[in-house]
Amino acid sequence: MGYEFDWSSIPGALPYLWQGMVLTLKITAVAVTVGIVWGTLLALMRMSGFKLLAWLAASYVNLFRSIPLVMVLLWFFLIVPTLLVKLLDIPRSFDTRLVSAMVAFSLFEAAYYSEIIRAGIRSVAKGQMGAANALGMSYGQAMRLVILPQAFRNMIPLLLTQGIILFQDTSLVYVSSLADFFGTAYQVGSRDGRLVELLLFAGAVYFTISFLASQLVKHYQKRKAI
Amino acid sequence: MISISNVSKHYGSFQVLADCSTEVEKGEVIVICGPSGSGKSTLIKCVNGLEPFQQGKIVVNNISVGDPRTNLSRLRAHVGMVFQNFELFPHMSVIDNLCIAQTKVLGRGREEAVERGLKLLDRVGLLVHKDKHPGQLSGGQQQRVAIARALAMDPICMLFDEPTSALDPEMVNEVLDVMIGLAQEGMTMMVVTHEMGFARKVANRVIFMDEGRIVEDAPKEDFFSKPRSERAQQFLSKILQH
Repeated sequence: MGYEFDWSSIPGALPYLWQGMVLTLKITAVAVTVGIVWGTLLALMRMSGFKLLAWLAASYVNLFRSIPLVMVLLWFFLIVPTLLVKLLDIPRSFDTRLVSAMVAFSLFEAAYYSEIIRAGIRSVAKGQMGAANALGMSYGQAMRLVILPQAFRNMIPLLLTQGIILFQDTSLVYVSSLADFFGTAYQVGSRDGRLVELLLFAGAVYFTISFLASQLVKHYQKRKAI
Repeated sequence: MISISNVSKHYGSFQVLADCSTEVEKGEVIVICGPSGSGKSTLIKCVNGLEPFQQGKIVVNNISVGDPRTNLSRLRAHVGMVFQNFELFPHMSVIDNLCIAQTKVLGRGREEAVERGLKLLDRVGLLVHKDKHPGQLSGGQQQRVAIARALAMDPICMLFDEPTSALDPEMVNEVLDVMIGLAQEGMTMMVVTHEMGFARKVANRVIFMDEGRIVEDAPKEDFFSKPRSERAQQFLSKILQH
């Protein structure tokens, strides 16, 4: 009685699974980078004295934080390809799914990053802005040279943790049948009729990477606390 | 050099500064004292425009601070300010603290800025600490770095906002010594402080503030020997008792 595990289809599929992992890491890297840059801009807009800018940024953040990620992804898979084809005159055969995924994750993550960065800017003592201004620095210089470097340093653990969550969330691209790590594992599993084994394997890999990364974050935090 | 005329400031209905006027000549050292909440820190922060004010006029080196057309950054680059909590940049080394505004605001080359910075660090006796971060220094050392950082900009005058209030008692003198040296060299200074020893030694005039008003503005001899206002008498008797 019971299920007979058979792991034999995994070794042969490793190169293909690796390709999937590369895609997953690519999406993660792009979304973290763009998300932090765009998130910083959103945070600065929201904290600026200009009411319209602050309102726009706040609306953006609230919108993206109130919609399930998988729906954002789906919309972008439906919208971005048509837009790209129309605007950039790209041949219809071009696979826009990867670009769509990167855009969707970047825009979505920016909403979360902007909140982290906003908290980071707040965590920098108020007197620092005064000191920078008193030395003749403009608002932009003070932000760039004094406030943001400290804000990022204070927020590194949170930024990394958000990156780890994103790394896991990228598996949602399965809705567009993009061959990311999860997608490739699923394909191999259904091809060989070994879905349980492949999904267990994929889960173990996600767990190991995420767990190690969060241990690194903890280690960093401890070192910083000393 | 600094002219403050009829300056008033309020947060909503709360009056922080009421009709304050005074003049500071080149080379003068002015000590501003008064009970907490009397507006002395606010007044000094109005001089370089860190605090806006609603009425009156402040002119520094022929530049009107309150004028919306004034380039405040350019003015501030030449008005040194030292804060109660030092406000060194904790993510930079001591020497970088001294160089950042020199290079980014004044446009000096890195080499020139470092040379100027090292000279000033030597002056405040902290040359050996140039590569440390502010967090590794004592409060008194940090404040001396902060003074050096302001001096690196070759300021035309210096503003001190309670520079020794956040210090342990045994570190007060090392900071005051630097300030006394500056005063004796002829630096124009406005100093908010309760260090009456400092005032006696180097101040030209003492301003006493209470509830946002300048209650007394007198040469130091007159201020200490025969303060006119009752409020200043009370204040002096309290802080000079011991």
